[in-house]
This record gives sequence, structure tokens and C-alpha cells, in this order.
Amino acid sequence: MSTTPRTPVMEEQPLALRTPRDGEHESGAREVAGTQPHGPRRILVLGATSGIAEACIRLWANRGDALYLVARNEDKLAVVAADARTRGASHVGSAVANLDDTNAHPEVLAHAINSLGGLDVAFLALGVLGEQPDAEKNFAAADQILHTNFVAPVSLLTWLANYTAQRRAGTLAVLSSVAGERGRKSNYVYGSSKAGLTAFVDGLRNRIDREGVKVMTIKPGPVKTAMTEGMKGSGKFADVEAVAASLVKAIDRGDDVVYVPGIWRVIMAVIRAIPERVFKKMNL
Amino acid sequence: MPSSAELDFNAPQPTEAGDKPAGPPAFESWGRYPEYHAELKQLHWQGDYPRAIDGVHHGALAVGMGRSYGDVCLLKDGTLVQTTSMNRLLDFDPATGLLTAEAGITLAQILDFAVPRGYFLPVTPGTKYVTLGGAIANDIHGKNHHHAGTFGRHVTQFELVRSNGERMHCSPSSNPDYYGATIGGMGLTGVMTWAQVRLKPIVSRMVDYQGIQFHGIDEFLDLTRQAENIEYTVSWVDVTSTGKNFCRGIFMQGDHSQVPAPLKVSGKPKLTFPMELPGFALNGATVGAFNSVFFNKQMKKRVSALQDYEPFFYPLDAVLKWNRMYGKGGLLQFQYAIPWEHAREGTIAILQAVAKSGLASFLAVLKAFGDVPSPGMMSFPKPGITLALDFPIKPEKSFALFDRLAEMTNEFGGRLYPAKDARMTSAQFQAFYPQWEKFARYKDPALTSGFWERVVGGQLGVRGVGK
Repeated sequence: MSTTPRTPVMEEQPLALRTPRDGEHESGAREVAGTQPHGPRRILVLGATSGIAEACIRLWANRGDALYLVARNEDKLAVVAADARTRGASHVGSAVANLDDTNAHPEVLAHAINSLGGLDVAFLALGVLGEQPDAEKNFAAADQILHTNFVAPVSLLTWLANYTAQRRAGTLAVLSSVAGERGRKSNYVYGSSKAGLTAFVDGLRNRIDREGVKVMTIKPGPVKTAMTEGMKGSGKFADVEAVAASLVKAIDRGDDVVYVPGIWRVIMAVIRAIPERVFKKMNL
Repeated sequence: MPSSAELDFNAPQPTEAGDKPAGPPAFESWGRYPEYHAELKQLHWQGDYPRAIDGVHHGALAVGMGRSYGDVCLLKDGTLVQTTSMNRLLDFDPATGLLTAEAGITLAQILDFAVPRGYFLPVTPGTKYVTLGGAIANDIHGKNHHHAGTFGRHVTQFELVRSNGERMHCSPSSNPDYYGATIGGMGLTGVMTWAQVRLKPIVSRMVDYQGIQFHGIDEFLDLTRQAENIEYTVSWVDVTSTGKNFCRGIFMQGDHSQVPAPLKVSGKPKLTFPMELPGFALNGATVGAFNSVFFNKQMKKRVSALQDYEPFFYPLDAVLKWNRMYGKGGLLQFQYAIPWEHAREGTIAILQAVAKSGLASFLAVLKAFGDVPSPGMMSFPKPGITLALDFPIKPEKSFALFDRLAEMTNEFGGRLYPAKDARMTSAQFQAFYPQWEKFARYKDPALTSGFWERVVGGQLGVRGVGK
């Protein structure tokens, strides 16, 4: 681990939205964009070009929330940010960063919180599916999946947990996966990275829920996005807009554990209940 | 196929080996005819093209929602790159109404954004489920053609990506030849990544609507003249009736209401046509009955109402997948534009031929095109009368009728609309669009379509070009 948890040093800024800095664009958030109970929220999205994250960003932008978007590909980030601005986000800041580099996390996060003038929600959507066959043959490929899906979020969450717990406010919404609930031959490396993440997030909730921070474990079933394109059965995967609509509501409420679509709570209960002597012979 | 990374526990295990296409094609046009299998790839980001067609040897074509009826959006055994995931808004100027968006955005998505901000599409077809790129590529028209011209006329600029990776900025002043060739260019000049369109201001969702019954083409022409200053006009015409009811119909006209009213976002449609009807369900008797009910539903000669824009512009969008009504065989559309010189006689002759054939069509739409020119080189509309019909496909009967109607259109100096065609011959196309050879110079060598192969293919050896 390259980052040590440390106390954030940036100054908390007033809740009111700032005027844009140079190079930042403030679009006129209009009443028409929709309303929500809390007034504009300050939302940090890590992994902002992932399909699920982008669909949520559109909904947040439509209702005029303040956004800070972090992703690794500059061209993709630019159009996601442009879309959010055009829809009426009250503030859109962004940073190109490879979040695999845990050393850079404190600076990225501090910069984001400065730009937003505080933090109401951090949405962690970074992750890769990886190639299971590669990961079986080659530890470097497995290591890459574990690093992006588990180690990097742990680094981000360690910092964010301390920041939010100190202020006794905030929501940490973490995208895990139903794949983390039971390892199976077709994707156990990805699954184990998400299993680790789920355990970490569940434990973190147990630690800081009492400090007034909502920590959310989000477990999507298969969703139609660029990540799952070309997969067998992908035509039947959940629609990303519907998933995002559920997630945005769940994040407003700060639910503990969220399955999207909700049916996956039942499906996974069944999958977990299969005796191992049977499960180990199944082709899943 | 990364099936190893499969997440769906319930996915069926692979049953058949080999690469013979099985089941329905991955992508269908709205007419569901012809049935061409092709590889379907998604473009998620502007940078995905042309990388997505690396190594493709059998031609490629960008597609959107598949709402054109025939084969302009199909390519047998080729590669289709679908743009609908590339649907981001990029910029909007609330002062001028200039909207810039990625080409895969649908007109429905544009309306959801624009209407609450007091803007509407400058031109809209009868469905909002088409992409911005598709609207440009087919240079679509709407009920306000006599005022606003085609969609392309309101497109201020776009980016066109060629298969060699060249990214061209196109506008009336920048690469104007490619700008003109791409508007109405059926997707053959390259792939549009984004486009800018000028929206028009509205103060209400409502439309001041009037429906007026007419009997015969001359009453239709009179109403058309009287409605010159009304922005939207279109007529439904009963093509099954003969004798004194021949060419009866309802002339529908409207203007955006000038009385300010709440500009809410539309709800989502809740109805989906549940199944394919059997082929015999739509026949002369059922369609004739429908037409009588539709005509007489309007009891009075003239009806006025304040109507929401959804039922006014998009009555059929309320039922998703309504094309299933035509059964497994699918449907054929036929739409001509005949110039004023022969518009009256041509329309009468064609309506008579349709009525005599006994082949049913209950979505028959009649309209006068205006004389606003399009920047599109291959644009379909021209001043005169346009008539759109659709028929369930009954190969022997409907094809023979179609071929006859196409020939009549040619004789009357008219032309057919590629976006609604699956039948016109190579000779007819080249007579309808004599500028096609000039257009072919701007075509991208890697791109082609079922339509292009059918009407030109052999002559240019399209799939071989560029190799």
C-alpha cells in the first residue's frame, strides 16, 4: 500500500456554490432541470466514464447538482463533462487521473473537494472486468484486476472515510458487484476483487455509520454497458438508465446495501444457498 | 467474445456450433424486410470509429434506431456500427437555440432536453425515435416542409469521420461539398460523430389543431392553398374507397400555441405492441373498416382543438414496436414526390391503381412539399405532392403493385424516398437521382448499404473499392 491514511488538511468551504474558476464553466442550472429534496449536492465521481457512472451523472446534472469527475481517458472525460454542463449541472470540475496510482489519491481528492467546496457524495465507480483466461495464466493480469478493483478503492476510501467521519457527514457510494458473492470459474478473479471490496465497504460502514457517514455497498447485476458488450446474453442485461435511476434514489437515501435491479437480491440468495458439493460441479 | 467473463448466471449455454446465422438478424429496419444478417458493433465514444471497422472486408455502415423502412440501414453480411450509445449533449446556447450533440442522440432525447428550456425541433418526422445522425443522413422532412424545408437545412455543422481516420469538419463554409453530400447521403460518406442543429423557440407544448374533412384531390389542394400560412399541414387519406368516397381524407393543420403554458418533459410510452399479428389480420376488409371508422370518427366537417405535441406529431410513438402489427412478413413503405406539373394527375392515377389493387394500406399520408431548397445533394423532397403508403408484405401481390407504382412515379417525373424503399430498381434510382454519379465521388470506399448495393453496387463494384 502506497498511501498512509492521514488527516485531510484542506479547509472546508462554505456550502454555497462558488463562482466558477478559470477554465471551469458554469451552466445556468434551471428550475426546469428537476428538483430534489436536498438542494444541489456536491458529488465526486471516481471512474466517471464507466457506463453506470455516466448514466448517474446525467441524472445528477439534470437536477442541477455540482459535480467533480475523475477518469483516466481525457477525450472520454471531456464529452462526459460537456454533457453534464449542457444538462445544467451547477458546477462541473474534472481531472484526468489514473486512479491505479494510489500515490496521487490525496492530491486528486483534495483538489476535487476544493473545486466542489465540500463533499456530500463520493461515488466510486472505477473498475475493470479484465480477462479471466489471462488472469488464470498470468499473475500480472490478476494483479491488475485486483489493484484497480480492490486496492485502489481501498486507498480512496481510507482517505475519504477519514475526511467524512471528521466532518460527521457525507455518503460514500461504492460500486461492487453481485459477482463478489460467490466465486465461480468464469470470473473468480474479478469476483474476488469485488468480494474483497464488498467486505471492506461493509466493514467501513460498521465503523463510521455511527459517525454520521453513510457507506453504501452497491451490487449491480449484469448491466448493458460498454464493459459487458459482446457477452453472451447481453441483450437481456439490465438497462443502464433504469439502473442509474434506482441508484440515484438509493444514494439520496443512503441505503446500506443496494442490489440493482432488485431481483438480484433474490437471485444471489439462491446462488449462495447451493451446496458447495453441487456448486463446484456447475458451469457458471 | 469474452464469454469467459460472463456474468449472467442464467444465460443459456451455447447449443449450436458453427457460424451460420440463426434466428432473427441482430438489426432490423422498421419494415423488417429484407432480412439481412450482419455483424453489429456499438460505438460508445467518438474515438471508437474507424477503429471499430479495422479488418472489416465486407463493407460497413453506421446505423441508428433502424427506423428507416427498407434497406438503407442494412448491409448483408457486412458490419453495422450502431451509434445510439454515442448520445451525449455537448453544448447548448439558450440565446440562439444552437444545440450540439453526438450523432447517436435521438430526437426524443433532444426533445426531453429542449422542450423544458422552451425549444423544439426545427423539423420533425412522424416518429421521435430516430437519431440525429439518421435524420441528417436521410435528410428527413416533416409537416412543416412548406415552411422550414428539410432537417438538413437547420444543421449548421457536423464532424464526418472517414474510414481512413480523417476527421472532417463540415458546414456550408467548411468542406461544403462533403456537407452537401452527407445531408441526405444515406450514411455513405462517412460516420458523423457530432452535429449542431438550430432549434426553434416555443412557449407551450400545445398545438392549435384543426382537422378538416375533404373529398377528392381538388378539395385537398384547396385546403393546402388556404393553409399556406399555417406551419404544419398533413393529410390522412383513405386509399381503400372508390366512387364518391375516392380520395376522401382528413386535412390536419396546426401551429405551435402562442399562449405560454408549462413546458414539462414528456412521459415515457407505456404500450408495446404485444405480438406479431398473423398475416391475414390486415386485409381489405379490416383496413377498409378501420378507414371508415377513422374518417367518421371526426363527426363534423371541421374540428378545432388544443392538442399536446405528442399526439399531434407522434401518434404512433405511443405504441412501441407497432410494426409487429404487420406480422412476420413485415411491411413495405412507398413514398413518392411528384412535382406540381404532374402532381394532380399523378396522385389520382396512383390512388386509383392502389384502390383497384385491393391491397390494404391504412397509413396513407398526403402532403404538399414546399419550395424551400435543401443543402443536401441527394435530398428526396421537391415541390409538389408527396404520398406515403404502407402495406403488409405479400410477395406476389404487393411487389407487383410496388413495381408498377414506382414506374408510374417515374413517368410522372417524380421520385421515391430511399429511406422508405426496398424495391426500386437501379434504372429507376438513376432516373430519380441523376446526380448520383457526382454523389458517388464523395462516398467512403469502406461504406455501403443494402440499398446502395441494390441500386448502384454492380456498377461501381462497391465492396471492392479501396482494396
